[in-house]
Amino acid sequence: MSKTEPVDLSAFSVPGSGRGILDVFSYGYLLRLLVRKGILTRYHGSVLGWAWSYVKPTAQFFIYYVVMGVFLNLSRGIEAFPIYLFSGIVVVNLFNEAFGNATKSIVNNKALVKKIYLPRELFPIADVFIAFVHFLPQLSILIVVCLVFGWVPTFVQLAGALLAIFIVLLIATGLGLFFGSINVSYRDSQNLVDLILMFATWTSPVLYSFTMVRDKLPTWLFDLYMLNPLTSAVELFHSAFWFPTTSETAERPEHLWFFAGISVVVALVMLLIGQFVFRKLEGRFAQDL
Amino acid sequence: MPKTSELEPPRIIVEGVRKTYTLRHTQSFKETFVAWLKRKRTSTSFQALNGIDITVGDSEAIALLGYNGSGKSTLLKLVSGVLRPDAGRVLTRGRVAGLIEVGAGFHPDLSGRENVYLNAAILGMSKDEIDARFDEIVEFSEIGEFIDTEVKHYSSGMFVRLAFSVAIHTELDILLVDEVLAVGDAPFREKCKTKIREIVAAGKTLFIVSHDLGMVSDLCSRGIVLRRGEVVFDGAIGDAITTLKASTR
Ligand SMILES: Nc1ncnc2c1ncn2[C@@H]1O[C@H](COP(=O)(O)OP(=O)(O)OP(=O)(O)O)[C@@H](O)[C@H]1O
Ligand SMILES: [Mg+2]
Repeated sequence: MSKTEPVDLSAFSVPGSGRGILDVFSYGYLLRLLVRKGILTRYHGSVLGWAWSYVKPTAQFFIYYVVMGVFLNLSRGIEAFPIYLFSGIVVVNLFNEAFGNATKSIVNNKALVKKIYLPRELFPIADVFIAFVHFLPQLSILIVVCLVFGWVPTFVQLAGALLAIFIVLLIATGLGLFFGSINVSYRDSQNLVDLILMFATWTSPVLYSFTMVRDKLPTWLFDLYMLNPLTSAVELFHSAFWFPTTSETAERPEHLWFFAGISVVVALVMLLIGQFVFRKLEGRFAQDL
Repeated sequence: MPKTSELEPPRIIVEGVRKTYTLRHTQSFKETFVAWLKRKRTSTSFQALNGIDITVGDSEAIALLGYNGSGKSTLLKLVSGVLRPDAGRVLTRGRVAGLIEVGAGFHPDLSGRENVYLNAAILGMSKDEIDARFDEIVEFSEIGEFIDTEVKHYSSGMFVRLAFSVAIHTELDILLVDEVLAVGDAPFREKCKTKIREIVAAGKTLFIVSHDLGMVSDLCSRGIVLRRGEVVFDGAIGDAITTLKASTR
């Protein structure tokens, strides 16, 4: 080559090297557009459109209510069982939607990942935001129903509900980055995730009360059960929405805020692990897809 | 030898770059495990680029020539950051806009307008920049009143025109073009060529891959010929085309 006199390299950058999730914030406008795209195209070509976001959770609620409440008579010990059920279901739905979609997001955005360099974390994160937007109709149904039943929450209870949403979104992002990056090379990943999602409904106190678990399990196993971030999120929602509509005599889990604090830490650690694995595998995305 | 400007530092530096593709033959955990048990190879590797050194200066228009599979797209993807080199390094100065494939970010169910915003943002533009250039983009694409129609109702030429128009109006210092001018009708291609010349005249750097030798010799002054992942010629465009024609795949 030509005689290379030393070039000042300070103005140069290495294409394709980013700061991971931190870069997503500098692409805020694109993130907004991606979320918007996801929302606009969601019910494209359907007559009912957004009404589906109300119909689906309502139908789901009725099935669980009839089977669990009426046939299996689980509602016996639980006051205002329908509200109990629904306030848990919405949390698990949020988790399932956010985690499930984030896992598939890299593969779904194949065309972009292969052709243009962007911080790829944008795609799972956009999917988590989209899941949150779809959670809002369900939350509004819940609020309306609770209001009908004389819901007057305290400030602390509402703060708990917000914390629960935060925990769920954080853990879904971490898990989504982790399984989503593995999914590029091994599509087993999304099947494994489907399995995890199936378990999610049953390993947290959505369809039954936590007391039933406590009475059956040894203490250490019950503690483990309570350490599940989804369990604290569901219980925080119960405290915020269901509890104030009852006579407030039902038993609540002890140390709920403590477990919620642990959940935040667990979710943050999961986010770090997810980001780490994502960055390790990211270099192969464009060629493996 | 390529002459780079004495005053300005180069725009793109490619130094000793090697790219090896690994072709995995397994798609699931199970297959990987079985192959491992049988001690079968789960992958083979392919050397797509081998020891590439290229320096591109300011306001240069360079054609990257070579037959199918010679590694042209791979090199462009390394410059845009989509792929990372296995050895050596790639450095760029300024904003890179890659037309590795126009319209990669287009969504068929969204209107032309929504797609313009989405794609321009994907190419790194901010909202204000897009707002300021929106009319110009639509004007250039000649899409007219179809701008509010869903993109899936466009003809393929219209689609490409809009996508190309977005890409070419992005704020950029380096434009990478891979085989995208082949589509679109003759008048539009003329217009694109004029626009590309304007971009080069404005001091931007152009790196273009094409099998259309006529167009390339029209637009570029320097040509690089790749053959099986190696640079076999780097110099004046006329000589590059001669070299290419004389070489085999
Ligand atoms: N993702 C990939 N995985 C494995 N091998 C690949 C991949 N992409 C390209 N290759 C191989 O690398 C070589 C160079 O491919 P490349 O796309 O760079 O060629 P090209 O010069 O752009 O060809 P064309 O003129 O057909 O566009 C080819 O032999 C191709 O098989
Ligand atoms: Mg190519």
